Amino acid sequence: MLQIKDLHVSIDGKEILKGINLEVKAGEVHAIMGPNGSGKSTLAAALAGRDIFEITNGSVSFLSENLLEMSPEDRARKGLFLGFQYPVEIPGVSIVNFMKTAINEHRKFKGLDPISASDFLKLMREKKDLVGLTSSLTNRSVNEGFSGGEKKKNEIFQMAMLQPTLAILDETDSGLDIDALRIVAQGVNKLRRNDNATIVITHYQRLLEHIVPDFVHVLYKGKIVKSSGRELALELEEKGYDWIKEDNE
Amino acid sequence: MNESVSVALKSDLIGLFEKSNGELESGSGHFINFHREKALSDFNRLGIPNVKNENYRYTPLEQYFNGQYEMELSPNPSKVDIRSIFKCDVPELDTHVALVLNGFFAAGVQVNGLPEGVVVCSLGEASVKYPRLFETHYAKYADTSADGLVALNTLFAQDGFFVYIPKNVTIEKPIQIINLSHSFKNLRITRRNLIIAEENSTCNIVVCDHSLCNNGYLTNSLTEIHTGNNASLNFDRLQNENSRSTQINNLFIHQLENSRFSSNSISLHGGLIRNSFYVTLNGTGAEANLNGLFLCDDRQHVANFVLMDHASPLCTSNQLFKGILDEEATGAFNGKILVRKDAQKTQAYQKNNNILLSSTARMNTKPHLEIYADDVKCSHGATVGQLDKDALFYLRSRGIPEAEARHLLMYAFANEIVSRISIPVLKERIIDLVDKRLKGELSKCNDCNIHCG
Repeated sequence: MLQIKDLHVSIDGKEILKGINLEVKAGEVHAIMGPNGSGKSTLAAALAGRDIFEITNGSVSFLSENLLEMSPEDRARKGLFLGFQYPVEIPGVSIVNFMKTAINEHRKFKGLDPISASDFLKLMREKKDLVGLTSSLTNRSVNEGFSGGEKKKNEIFQMAMLQPTLAILDETDSGLDIDALRIVAQGVNKLRRNDNATIVITHYQRLLEHIVPDFVHVLYKGKIVKSSGRELALELEEKGYDWIKEDNE
Repeated sequence: MNESVSVALKSDLIGLFEKSNGELESGSGHFINFHREKALSDFNRLGIPNVKNENYRYTPLEQYFNGQYEMELSPNPSKVDIRSIFKCDVPELDTHVALVLNGFFAAGVQVNGLPEGVVVCSLGEASVKYPRLFETHYAKYADTSADGLVALNTLFAQDGFFVYIPKNVTIEKPIQIINLSHSFKNLRITRRNLIIAEENSTCNIVVCDHSLCNNGYLTNSLTEIHTGNNASLNFDRLQNENSRSTQINNLFIHQLENSRFSSNSISLHGGLIRNSFYVTLNGTGAEANLNGLFLCDDRQHVANFVLMDHASPLCTSNQLFKGILDEEATGAFNGKILVRKDAQKTQAYQKNNNILLSSTARMNTKPHLEIYADDVKCSHGATVGQLDKDALFYLRSRGIPEAEARHLLMYAFANEIVSRISIPVLKERIIDLVDKRLKGELSKCNDCNIHCG
């Protein structure tokens, strides 16, 4: 589904990612861990098409197409979803209007007619319940005045609405208390299918207790320095990142 | 603009007055004529304000006054079908409608069903019929000695609309005034309006400005508004004129104790629009809310000027002005809050936010506080920026194309003002107009049946 080969990414002339290689197949969950500043969020944003990042080398293929040539909206409509670490507040744009516009753009892309009002409401209700988002929140402007937990729930809600083929969740666990974490993780698990995949980016192991990964990768100084099964996450929890740092100095 | 052009412009206008004075006087009541003499000497001293005048620094007006314009000194017997004009404006809006054509209150349009004692009529007619009200209010708030355009308006004043709401009267349906510019030549239009909302009265007034043709219009409009104790007045404006039009709007609002004045000014289209608000909070507990939204592109210019005078204690004022400028459009906001020495416990807030969509659009903003009392809460803030790039990316990352994402953000920005319009049908209509305007679908005569241009 996703093949990243020797990906180099810079911002303002400073190289952040220095040759990432990663393959994600349908049905898999990959966790990317690593200390602060290792380039985890850069990888997520570059894959989603944020233009402040410059791709200096390498290739990314998504569903057998060149991802790097696509606009952010085309990536989304092809089935890529980024769950933001810091979801953006957009005063004046209601969640309902936002999601309706997004869903209809996805449908247009697939050659489908716009969603009917009743189908949309039904879908909203169903997905809202999945992450425990209340109507009083969905009637408001996108993320405006939301708590940290509400913002993250809103990300998973949007993911549920758009049903991506590949979801990249960037530190979805940061700023969540244990209850919110469980709800968010349950939401992600319910959306797992054989034909989709998830990349979970996290600093801590605790999210991976709820979303069980097939592979764990450690990103350090812009490179994947270690890849293994889920036991690697436990090892990191126990020993911290220092041994990784020492091994790679 | 050099000095000799200014002098020539001034003497042309004074010459025009002297030539037409006989007709102006014969068509107007005593109280309108009475103020011309002082207006003449004030205008002679002040002239058309130029950019050396701090209040007009960003709005070079003189060049707009230099064109060739005719002037109508009596109502033009119009062949415009009134019902077709209504479709131009806000349909389904259940209002008491009055029409002002080229500055003259259109006779024959009956304003029916008003509560007893309420008057909606021609200013000229009212100046004869209601001398007591005129003596008390006319030219009492608009000071000709301070501004050349105020003097010029008072000099040429003949007609416009007059609204009177007696004590304790609530008007359920909004009063809608439609100002139309329609002629077969370029026209100089003077509109003079007076609104008197007496003690404890409540009223919604909607004013729509339209040009029906593609001719150039130079409109000098002045409205004096008085709100008595506990009166509540909502005053919404929709400005939609052609690119060759120049609109000067001076609004003088005089508020007594615990009165409430709210205004939403939506400037959709026009060549040059200058809106000046002079609010005097002249009674304890008065409240004024001024909101404005302007959308301009091409070479349009929109300027909003505010003088919020807190002359009494315990008054509240809020100003929120927002603008979206594209292409080579220019805009200005010049807002002053004056808190006088005795105006303790004042709360006065001012905000001006602007979005520039092109590298050639320009916005000048000048917030200004002058405070002489020591127990007050005041704030002001101004921003000039671009669309939020993070928000844009967020929307695009959900599959929304860039153009649509930009539209959503602009619409959201504008909606902060539009959502404050209190009349639901009007709000819906303006939402639609703003939406179309932002998509570039709104022509100056959108939906109009008179294809005169």
